[in-house]
Amino acid sequence: MNRESLRILLPVVSLAVLLGAVFYLQPRAMSYFGLNLLFNLAIPVALATVAQMMVIMVNDIDLSIGTFVSFCACVTATFVNETPLLGYSILAVSIVAYAALGALIHYRNLPAIVVTLGMSFVWGGLAVLILPSPGGASPQWLQSLMSVKPPLLPVAIIAPVVIGFLTHILIMRSSFGVLLRGVGGNDRTVSRAGWSVLKLKASAYGLAGLFGVLSGMALIGLTTSADANIALRYTLLSVAGVILGGGEFTGGRISPIGAVIGALTLTLAASFLSFLRLSPDWQIGSQGAILILVLAVRLVFSRKEQVA
Amino acid sequence: MNDIDLDSNEYQSAIVALSNVSKHFGALKALNHISIRIEPGECIGLVGHNGAGKSTLVKIINGRLKPTDGSARYQGLIEKISRKTNAEIARKLGIRSVFQELSLCANLTVLENLRIPYKEMSGRGWRKAAKTRVLNSLNSIFPGHGINPLTTVSNLTIAERQMVEIAIAFSERDIPPSLVILDEPTSSLDSAIAAQLLDHIKRFCKTGGAVIFITHMLGEIFEVASRIIVMKDGTITEDDDLAFFTRQSLVDAMGHVVSQQPDQAQKQGRELGDVILRTPDGLSARQNEIVGLAGLAGHGQAEALAAFYIGKTSFWRAPKKINVAFVAGDRTRDGVMPLWSIMNNLSLKTLTEFSGRFLVDRKREAELALQWQNKIGIRTNDTNNPILSLSGGNQQKVLFAKALASSASIVVMDDPMRGVDVGTKKDVYEMIRQEAANGRTFLWYSTEIDEVCECDRVFVYRDGVISAELIGSEITEENILKASFEMQDSAA
Amino acid sequence: MKNHSAQNFSSASNRSTESILKKTISKPWLWAFIAASLAFAATMVISGGQGGSSLFYTAMTFASFAAIVGLGQMLVITLGPGNVDLSIPATMTLAATVALKVMATESGMVPIGILVVLVVGALCGLMNFGLIILLRIPPIIATLSASFIFQSLAIWSNRGLRIKPPEIMGQFVTGGVLGIPNVAWIGIGIAAVVWVVMERSITGRWISAIGQNLRAAKLSGVPVNRVRFGVYLTSAILASVSGFLLANFSGGAALNMGTEYMLMSIAVVVIGGSSIAGGNSNVPGIWGAALFMFLLVSMLNSYGLGAGVRLMLTGLIIVVLVALASKPGDLR
Repeated sequence: MNRESLRILLPVVSLAVLLGAVFYLQPRAMSYFGLNLLFNLAIPVALATVAQMMVIMVNDIDLSIGTFVSFCACVTATFVNETPLLGYSILAVSIVAYAALGALIHYRNLPAIVVTLGMSFVWGGLAVLILPSPGGASPQWLQSLMSVKPPLLPVAIIAPVVIGFLTHILIMRSSFGVLLRGVGGNDRTVSRAGWSVLKLKASAYGLAGLFGVLSGMALIGLTTSADANIALRYTLLSVAGVILGGGEFTGGRISPIGAVIGALTLTLAASFLSFLRLSPDWQIGSQGAILILVLAVRLVFSRKEQVA
Repeated sequence: MNDIDLDSNEYQSAIVALSNVSKHFGALKALNHISIRIEPGECIGLVGHNGAGKSTLVKIINGRLKPTDGSARYQGLIEKISRKTNAEIARKLGIRSVFQELSLCANLTVLENLRIPYKEMSGRGWRKAAKTRVLNSLNSIFPGHGINPLTTVSNLTIAERQMVEIAIAFSERDIPPSLVILDEPTSSLDSAIAAQLLDHIKRFCKTGGAVIFITHMLGEIFEVASRIIVMKDGTITEDDDLAFFTRQSLVDAMGHVVSQQPDQAQKQGRELGDVILRTPDGLSARQNEIVGLAGLAGHGQAEALAAFYIGKTSFWRAPKKINVAFVAGDRTRDGVMPLWSIMNNLSLKTLTEFSGRFLVDRKREAELALQWQNKIGIRTNDTNNPILSLSGGNQQKVLFAKALASSASIVVMDDPMRGVDVGTKKDVYEMIRQEAANGRTFLWYSTEIDEVCECDRVFVYRDGVISAELIGSEITEENILKASFEMQDSAA
Repeated sequence: MKNHSAQNFSSASNRSTESILKKTISKPWLWAFIAASLAFAATMVISGGQGGSSLFYTAMTFASFAAIVGLGQMLVITLGPGNVDLSIPATMTLAATVALKVMATESGMVPIGILVVLVVGALCGLMNFGLIILLRIPPIIATLSASFIFQSLAIWSNRGLRIKPPEIMGQFVTGGVLGIPNVAWIGIGIAAVVWVVMERSITGRWISAIGQNLRAAKLSGVPVNRVRFGVYLTSAILASVSGFLLANFSGGAALNMGTEYMLMSIAVVVIGGSSIAGGNSNVPGIWGAALFMFLLVSMLNSYGLGAGVRLMLTGLIIVVLVALASKPGDLR
């Protein structure tokens, strides 16, 4: 088995094992509503993970995605709800800001980790300014979209599949996606061939901004009200999700489908414990443990491959 | 070389013509007044020893570097007429390069790697088109290659990656290839596959394509080239049809660096001691001995030294007594601590030797710095100045002092004289001889032949293994060149 | 080959003039103190000079918590690109909850509590570095995944109870000597020790060498793994000490008590003038930045500006500082 197939197989297997365990412990979860309950909150996490993946794809890391999603959630729950035109403009401008940040990071050769850290304060501050205390309301269409009940499969299953499929087409299949991944793989070759790495990097960050906005909106559709700290945990969760899904920090090695599966696995790991009737104290810990476990398995396989 | 008139008719047909091109990097003159032209259908073998200027010449041709002086002209277009950069013009004219360091994106599949240099590729159904093109190219160059275009490059072997890179360079795109530059393309290919490549080059040139072929395998040059250009010290020394060369004359043309032979008396003045190191790959050295590692750059010398050094040191313990010291040649990558002063750089290796257990003995550090500043002649008025305030040669002296200040009995040197001026070199040669006489052993990798001739014994590397061991009077430029280049016919 | 070294040479000489210039016109740590003083003065203007000493006292207290974790984070960041400790908040919380539980409000148990803090910190550091070296994963992911586990351990050991600190500890952390809070004395003491290590000791030289050029450090015989181990261990121990003090100060450990210190610990390193690219640490700057961060809040509060503006300003300061400090092509 080579590294590529392992990259996608490992997250699939870990999700399957976890899901199997949940179904074994609680057969009632194997239903339309059970699945919806299990994966409901996975939709915004998956979108945030895809956003993080866009940045990791070009060998950077985004420590501001959690506060950015919170900011977008606050904008959605207030401006988009009350004055839609203004609200959507704010969201559009924030995507442009993300792209500009990517361009700045490349142009001045800045450490992304510190710039995005600084930006996390900025987004957090804006979120607090917009919504000093919890409140706001979801736009009606968004709320009904998130609570729609399609036949056969719940939204919580359909949405991640769609997200994974679309980003796969965009990043792994399109010729533009090749260039984006090429920047992560070998930016010298890309610029030698006459491409502007600056534009490509700005595009990657712009895509991250877009998916961050979608994540914030999806979150509001589910929770129907916002607060400034609503998605702070997404920063760490999204990094973990990308890595869990077979991504690596360097070399443009990422997998969109893997990232979505990684996000699902992390969400499931958190709710798994309640099925074990174990104390929910271990929710976060189980996410960490799964991450470590998967990385350890990955190491074992890559060592074996080296020997072979 | 004489100036040539680029506007005269005979130059209109050339794919690329350089007229009186020079390229300087600071004080260093990488190319001096080069004039060449490359016509369709030619296969040019470009040979020369390390630092002769081959890669700089190639980069001028493909537009990566701008000439300091003189001009490059592509199919009758002088660069200045068009607003575009030389690199863009070269690309538009189908000038393509395969570099020695692999330049594929390892995270992409084979067919996706075609997408990156193929700028004008249409969007719809591009995968299918890319797949056909890569496969066609692979099939025509390397029949029976067995490479799946859907494989990710990181899963390919080094040889397969090289094959893919070559295939992409020759692949059919909107602009057909007119000139393909191949820098050591066969370095990791076995002889059967290399022969396939040579056959393809011949076919390509017959149909009007041009190739510049850089290799250390002289056999390959004689098989495929129609014309040979020999470079030395940034100039072209020979440029003629293949028929005018024999293997011997080619080696002769590359050599004859006007070098003063080191004083044999000084060499003889040292008594060699017992053998104190021996590595599995055949490297060995005696006490008091200066052992040279020679051959073309990138043939495993640096790796051999690094492996030896890493094997002798621990990343967990810091012994009070140091056994092996390392002198870096690539100062930025391996040697200099850019934020520090001269003194701190100089003392890093010996901190544990002259200090107590915890605190740095700053008085002794200053003494050490002063002592070596005088001994090795570091040109600064204060060793507290930042190391980057020094010239390259003086920075190198600091790195020498850093190693020699330790009590290490073995000193490993990884081509330490790169970009160092002649005066410094002489000082350092002298110091190395002295230190060797005092009981140290030196392992000295050098890309410059006159340096290697300073050694008591020389191991010549080729393709990652030792191809010759020369002792005493056997150490001549001719012998080293012969062992560096593959003299036999390459392809079976 | 030749042109390669020539390029190195020319870029080296550019950098040399640049670094001399930097040395003469900028003392980054001084800026942090100046900014802190300005924020202090601006607050005083509003209050008409009232409450200056109490503001100073509070600022010193809160700055201590940030400075102690910041010093640990500074050591880690000095190790060079990719090195950052994301487990600091979780370590703080874990050490505080476990220690307060062990002490169970008994003043006699304080020495044991302190021992527990140190042991918990050491174990957290061991875990972090174990993951880095054994699983060969980047420090960001290693400390991140470890922090998830620390967080759960903290929740589990705390069980939602808020255990009060022993009375003697409560008195100690709120008290002061010579007009300086006790916790600030501890913070200053730790800073002094870290300064000696970084500026005067062999270990400090090694840390800086690794951060400037890991490859060259290895080739110079620096015991790279030992130094990195020591640094991650120290960072975790400092985080647990800071968490312990903070919990005693605020009357018990809360599960989210460490949250703001993840960003804070990195922010004080950046504002304090340490090089984010590694290799260059700045101990006084950590204290200056920690004071500034607190005084900025009180200044904005006194001007009636809320948390939102404060956060935005902090963020913009960090981004602008970083953008100004680096030149194109300077890093990597």
